[in-house]
Amino acid sequence: MKRTVPLLISAVTGFILIGTAFIPMFEEWGNDAMAWFNLLAAFAFILGGGNLLKMQLQKISAQQAGWGYAAVTLIAFFVTLFVGLAKVGVHPNAKFPEFSWSGNYLEVGSAFWWFFEYIFTPLSATMFALLAFYISSAAFRAFRAKNTEATILLIIAVIVLLGRTYASEWLTGGFPNEPIFGEGGITYSDFKLDHLSQIIMDDFTTPGMRAIKIGIALGVASTSLKVLLGVDRSYLGSDQEA
Amino acid sequence: MLEILQNLDRRWIFLVMFVAVAVPLIMGTTFPETPSDQVLAVFDAVDNLPDGSNIVMALDYDPASAGELQPMASAFTRHCALKKHNIYFMTLWPPGINMIEGSINILNEEYPETYKGKYGTKYVNLGFRAGNEGVIKLVVEDLKKSYTTDIHGTNLDNIPLTKNLKNIQQVDLLANVSAGYPGSQEWVLYGSSPFDIPTVVGCTGVQAPIMLPYIPDQLTGMLAAIKGAAEYEQAIINHYPELAKNPKAKEGLVRMGPQLVAHVLLISLIVLGNVIYFLERRQGTA
Repeated sequence: MKRTVPLLISAVTGFILIGTAFIPMFEEWGNDAMAWFNLLAAFAFILGGGNLLKMQLQKISAQQAGWGYAAVTLIAFFVTLFVGLAKVGVHPNAKFPEFSWSGNYLEVGSAFWWFFEYIFTPLSATMFALLAFYISSAAFRAFRAKNTEATILLIIAVIVLLGRTYASEWLTGGFPNEPIFGEGGITYSDFKLDHLSQIIMDDFTTPGMRAIKIGIALGVASTSLKVLLGVDRSYLGSDQEA
Repeated sequence: MLEILQNLDRRWIFLVMFVAVAVPLIMGTTFPETPSDQVLAVFDAVDNLPDGSNIVMALDYDPASAGELQPMASAFTRHCALKKHNIYFMTLWPPGINMIEGSINILNEEYPETYKGKYGTKYVNLGFRAGNEGVIKLVVEDLKKSYTTDIHGTNLDNIPLTKNLKNIQQVDLLANVSAGYPGSQEWVLYGSSPFDIPTVVGCTGVQAPIMLPYIPDQLTGMLAAIKGAAEYEQAIINHYPELAKNPKAKEGLVRMGPQLVAHVLLISLIVLGNVIYFLERRQGTA
């Protein structure tokens, strides 16, 4: 029963959604199914919050290494939740002045806005910006021309790195638009770094990505069919739990 | 010398990278940009529409990638404002609400004659909905099944811009700025491609190769990374020279300075690292 019902729900919903793409009379059913899905996705936030609590509380109660960070996470979670839900520092909406909670929780100057602007934003930007430092260290220590493939990769990286900046203009901007051999052949300007960078993106990256995407699409279609037909049941967990 | 380089503390590299990014940023160095064909396709998609057209602007990113994407979102907003387009803001990312606020501030502060006090008639903020591509599938077929109200809780039937809008197939252009999932790819797969909605996107450099295969049939054009943002700003300034006086309209152009120095530094580090590697190989220590 624990397996049959979820299998049935998956198969029916899945095939209806496939049907909506081909049969106009099913279109509305598909939209209803998507509306349910979106509702479930909203409830997933509550599930996520619950999971966060469970994991962090486990760390704190077991006094695991770094449990202090778990405590900071929980304090930050509850304080943010409180100032957002209680609309701390939010003025009532001008249309409903008698209701103190009628204002926008993101109002400029409110506690939630302050947290977002002065804590969340700089912390997120800092974490992302750290990548520049790690990449520079990796460039020095790891990007080595150890074999032919690595050498090709390095050459392409240098062309794209320079081709995406004004350095390409400085270094190769003066290449004349004149043929190297005879008339109508390759010109010197074809070797401008920005042009080479574009060739790499258009003639190598794009076909490669297309091939990968077609492969992924076929894989997704095949896996989806296996799930809908009940051949692949791995998403239901191990057999022992059934 | 070789020994010093072999044992170089990585904090020195971090310091050099910090200086390489900070100095051009502080000095505000900019370089001329020539808009590429892809960027011009984005510019034309917005500019060739008649004034007052309807545009959905989906801002699917958060503060972590704002450094790369905010200039694009701001440039899209300014370009739409110059054309007096009607804008429908929405996001599939919870922090995207604050990113939308940034664009709305641009409308109110820089184009008050067109947008200030005209919420609901010139622009509307639909806010965030959970469901990722599920939301996209609904808004392209039946908007009000996903959004019954705007971000302020006003029923969409009471807002002039959305009152008669059944779905976003009725809009003239979809502009998406995205930092990942859900974002540009999902908008193309579930939104623009099945219903032929003209779409332009702005995305991070990491996403660009993923989006390239969709151009030009399923995607009209793409702004890739800060370079794309800078070229788009340049394209707008070329057509609307009055914008050149606004320093906020050159955020992307200003950020190309640090990008140039950082890229040159990276290449120098790669070359130096390889010189050390080949010297080590010659000595038989690699």
